[in-house]
Amino acid sequence: MESVLTRAGLWFAALVLALLAVAGAVDTPFAIQMGIVAVAACLGLWFTLRQPDYDAIARGILRAPADQGRYDDDVIRWGVIATVFWGMAGFLVGVLIAAQLAWPLLNMGEFGNFGRLRPLHTSAVIFAFGGNALIATSFYVVQRTCRARLAFPGLARFVFWGYQLFIVLAATGYLLGITQGKEYAEPEWYVDIWLTVVWVSYLAVFVGTLARRSEPHIYVANWFYLSFILTVAMLHLVNNVSLPVSWLGSRSFSAYAGVQGALIQWWYGHNAVGFFLTAGFLGMMYYFVPKQAERPVYSYRLSIIHFWALIFLYIWAGPHHLHYTALPDWAQTLGMVFSVMLWMPSWGGMINGLMTLNGAWDKIRTDPIIRLMVAALAFYGMSTFEGPLMSVKSVNALSHYTNWTIGHVHSGALGWNGMITFSALYYLTPRLWNRERLYSLRMVNWHFWTATIGIVFYAASMWVAGLTQGLMWREYGADGYLVYSFADAVAAIHPMYALRVVGGLLYLSGAVIMTINIWRTILGHSREETPLGQPAFDPAKDRPLLPATLIAH
Amino acid sequence: MSEKRIDEPTGTSTVGHEWDGIEELDTPLPRWWLLTFYACIVFSIGYVVVYPAIPMVHGATAGLWGWTSRGTLTTEMRAEQAKHATIKAALLATPLDAIDGDAHLRHEAIEGGKAAFRIHCTTCHGAGAAGGKGYPNLNDDDWLWGGDVDAIHATIAHGVRQSADTASRMSQMPAFGSTGILKPAEVQDVVSYVRSISKQDAPDAASARGATLFTANCAVCHGPDGKGNRTLGAPNLSDSIWLYGGDRASLTETVTNAHYGQMPNWGAQLDPVTVKMLAVYVHSLGGGEKAAAPAPAPVAPAAK
Repeated sequence: MESVLTRAGLWFAALVLALLAVAGAVDTPFAIQMGIVAVAACLGLWFTLRQPDYDAIARGILRAPADQGRYDDDVIRWGVIATVFWGMAGFLVGVLIAAQLAWPLLNMGEFGNFGRLRPLHTSAVIFAFGGNALIATSFYVVQRTCRARLAFPGLARFVFWGYQLFIVLAATGYLLGITQGKEYAEPEWYVDIWLTVVWVSYLAVFVGTLARRSEPHIYVANWFYLSFILTVAMLHLVNNVSLPVSWLGSRSFSAYAGVQGALIQWWYGHNAVGFFLTAGFLGMMYYFVPKQAERPVYSYRLSIIHFWALIFLYIWAGPHHLHYTALPDWAQTLGMVFSVMLWMPSWGGMINGLMTLNGAWDKIRTDPIIRLMVAALAFYGMSTFEGPLMSVKSVNALSHYTNWTIGHVHSGALGWNGMITFSALYYLTPRLWNRERLYSLRMVNWHFWTATIGIVFYAASMWVAGLTQGLMWREYGADGYLVYSFADAVAAIHPMYALRVVGGLLYLSGAVIMTINIWRTILGHSREETPLGQPAFDPAKDRPLLPATLIAH
Repeated sequence: MSEKRIDEPTGTSTVGHEWDGIEELDTPLPRWWLLTFYACIVFSIGYVVVYPAIPMVHGATAGLWGWTSRGTLTTEMRAEQAKHATIKAALLATPLDAIDGDAHLRHEAIEGGKAAFRIHCTTCHGAGAAGGKGYPNLNDDDWLWGGDVDAIHATIAHGVRQSADTASRMSQMPAFGSTGILKPAEVQDVVSYVRSISKQDAPDAASARGATLFTANCAVCHGPDGKGNRTLGAPNLSDSIWLYGGDRASLTETVTNAHYGQMPNWGAQLDPVTVKMLAVYVHSLGGGEKAAAPAPAPVAPAAK
């Protein structure tokens, strides 16, 4: 009872503080954001006072099986649903802003223009879709590979809901025009503080579970997950040091200015790619690929060497985002060489993933989930070759500021992050909801092909657009003057922008197929369908060859 | 925990650990992987030696080749400037209307002007210089401030409505409607008159009333027939070329609130040769006029 009172008191205090902040807000967007916090505190207070077993209620709504006393999987089930939901939101906004670039008429007023929707798209796919996938899978993997239940189950639930509040505050903030203008770190100071609290709780749950493990060694997937959680905490804290203009307003000023600010921003930005989108997802890969393939991991030694090389080298590569700027030459040099050295450590992960299929290559033909994993690893390999290539200064002189960068990012994000997450979701759903199988494996196959063709459209059109821009911008005529104006290059890539929308639509439709599939699996439906890759069987021929003499009788 | 065993399909030994059914093979590092990794490291060390790389207390190591990005830029810019030095000096020395007579100089000025136009002018006047609402079309022969090369040059160098530049093109049409000089009905009458002299509507009672109002309020700048006045930058209202639109709604808006479009004084930002080249280029676009006919001084042309 005392703990209920304490918790209710905390929620009530949060509610009062939020309402005071609404009342005293110096700008309307801040008042709206604090209103959202007040609603969240109200919900918390309501659930605490009514004191229902809300895990059980959620289980009822989500058709989840009762806790069987093995692993703590409720948060993971919520995470699977949140991942699918935010993924759909992020992909949809992505298609919209791609269309806005091709047809500017689609920019709609104050709240629906490209400038506000673009961070909504990037944050939705990276932090909402990717982040929920990472939190859910890390909780799943750490329990299984440590053979221990989650440490601090209450805190784990706080991590999930706290993270959703972070997403809602960030997303509504972008639409209201709140931003600190740092790419991939747009949320303002109060949202940053909230995310810090959530993230430290996440670290506590993860490390707590590792500490409770009943295995003598820590599995490689957990090294990657831990490096992701720790480094993201460090990046987030350093890049977001700022001074609010008012404690009751949404505006703040960064502690860094000029080229120092740019360098810290891209140290953050590049390692968000390195530790959020690479290390975290490699953790996912190291569990789900061997499980789905039912094969041992290819090389333990390679996993050690490539893990430490990746961790050590990635953190120095950020300056390659600032080639040919005010950043001193020496820093540009170091940014480039560390990126070049990253090539093989990155490929170590791809090799270890792909070669794990040794002895099970036939599954590519029969298992569409394995197909998704192989494609994810192939795209991972392509983007981690392309990255070091683009960091070379003479290549960067052509590629920087063009759509080549956008193509590169999306072959990594759609191909690697998206597809490895889809395969993990397909692996998890039937197991988490105690279903015999997915609703339909054929729909997984459809998802695989729509997504793959979508990525090819996307990446190819952006490569062509990027090279076109890069070459047109530097084209000099016989008289020594520039041949094209900027607007000429914009007009030239318009068809490529339209093709990108086609690619995005294909990728989105694949995600719609996945949503239906996962939804029906959760509901417990199974689609009647011919199994994939069933070889032809003719019973008439299913007999030994008889000697002619015997047939004669 | 499982014991070490030989994995059948690959023939490789496992390491002996097992987590949730996952084992690991004891495969050595792929040789090509390791060698490529070493090669990348060797390349990087070499790169660090020849290029500026290691931060020290004051500055950083310069690298064996002494390369700097600023140095490269300076060298390349010098080389480009050297290529154009002769022609630019000639352009600077030659008066504007003399450039027109020299085929070689004219060609060079147009090429250079075209390049500068792409960078500085297309934002408002469009890539083809066809302009848009509020931004004059530079291809036609309808000029607000004069279409001979000297007038064009003066407009580019000093801009339009730049209060910081005393030589800037300045004009201010009163906002007849919003300041109450004309009542809304009178504004409509003036609009009717303007539409009649531009031959969009047949004259009627309204345009007749508007004619009187026009003479009293507008003719001082736009002239008695509405043919405009280039000294004041007052547009010709009797033709079918409109800067802000010739339909009734646009004209009503213009007479009511007036428009004060601006153009930068490029002379303050660009070097004199570039401004000259721009003038020659814009003059060459199709609507360029001969230097003012009554100009009596053939030997001593205006310095600028």
